[in-house]
Amino acid sequence: MNATMKPEPENDDIELLLPWYAAGTLSHRDAARVESALANDAELARRFELVRDELGETIRSNESLGAPSARAMKQLFEKIDAEPVRSAAPSVSFMTRVSEFMASFSPRTLAYAGGVAALAIVLQAGVIGSLIGERSKTTPQLASAEKVAPVSQGVEALVQFAPQASAADIAAFLEANKATIVGGPAAGHFRIRVAAATKEQTAEIVKKLQDSKVVSFAAPAN
Amino acid sequence: MQQTSDEVLIQRIAGGDRLAMQVLFARHHVRVYRFVLRLVRNEATAEDLISEVFLDVWRQAGRFEGRSAVSTWLLAIARFKALSALRGRKEAELDDDVAEAIEDVSDTPEAAMQKKDKGEILRKCIETLSPDHREIIDLVYYHEKSVEEVAEIVGIPENTVKTRMFYARKKLAESLKAAGIERGWP
Repeated sequence: MNATMKPEPENDDIELLLPWYAAGTLSHRDAARVESALANDAELARRFELVRDELGETIRSNESLGAPSARAMKQLFEKIDAEPVRSAAPSVSFMTRVSEFMASFSPRTLAYAGGVAALAIVLQAGVIGSLIGERSKTTPQLASAEKVAPVSQGVEALVQFAPQASAADIAAFLEANKATIVGGPAAGHFRIRVAAATKEQTAEIVKKLQDSKVVSFAAPAN
Repeated sequence: MQQTSDEVLIQRIAGGDRLAMQVLFARHHVRVYRFVLRLVRNEATAEDLISEVFLDVWRQAGRFEGRSAVSTWLLAIARFKALSALRGRKEAELDDDVAEAIEDVSDTPEAAMQKKDKGEILRKCIETLSPDHREIIDLVYYHEKSVEEVAEIVGIPENTVKTRMFYARKKLAESLKAAGIERGWP
């Protein structure tokens, strides 16, 4: 066996991730792991350059394939014309409109632009907050809902949303935890208010937040 | 300027908006075409298939749940269509395609070698990978798909995605070595 041979893939998770790191499609956590390993391992850094070469040439290879002729589009719309007529377009849902804010940020852009991601989350948070506000005005209240302390009377916690969390994930997370964003971001953290009346309830809710995949950090706020 | 998101376009398409369909097609058809072309290796067939892919989008837009990116959904449909088309071909045609591919494998890296162009040799070696290896290289490097998205498109577990990519790269290194380029890996 060659002395320089790399261990099998199962023994070297970081090396397996290099292609996705080069393409900018890793989660924030995995990207940080790879960055740390690259900074401390010159051989790994050299191999990363090989990955970058592969990425560049794969793109060139694909770009050389050209594009389809206008026939493809003509063919498509002829087939669409032959389809049964649809009813009028439904109104675009709120969550879809929220996702528009996120859509212009590709994974690669997000991976390299923390500032852009933070801006997107601010926009997201504002709209989500307004959504929850709107819902509370329009949704009929169940009798059982009265047992839960109103969020306005709850306690506050600091959370940092995971970079890979989508607008839909965050909206679902807030709704599931009966939480409202009340401040932030400050240093990447948002202040949320959750329904809790006692210290035990607060600890329980914070534990639940910490276990969620949507947040990367959660703690009670002062 | 803010672009209309793919998800919004899909919602509009679900309501019968042809303009939204045109926008979505314009945005994605080239990448979908290239992905399909790699699989079927025939331009006319690839063009036919992309119109089929987008026709499926037109028909199924109302059922799109947004659990994955629209581009991932498109590639998954495209892959299914391409593989179905390949299965539908006569065996003799497939044999011809394979023979053509093998012929490419044997001489193109050498021809490139004579030009002393490392990038060109690398491209030729990428093009000679097996369909499975080529597919994963394209999905990761060109289509910018995450581990999870590749798993969804190809229909394999995430760990298999990582190891398949590793072995595709290993095969590529072997191919480069055979063409005279030693990279010191793996």
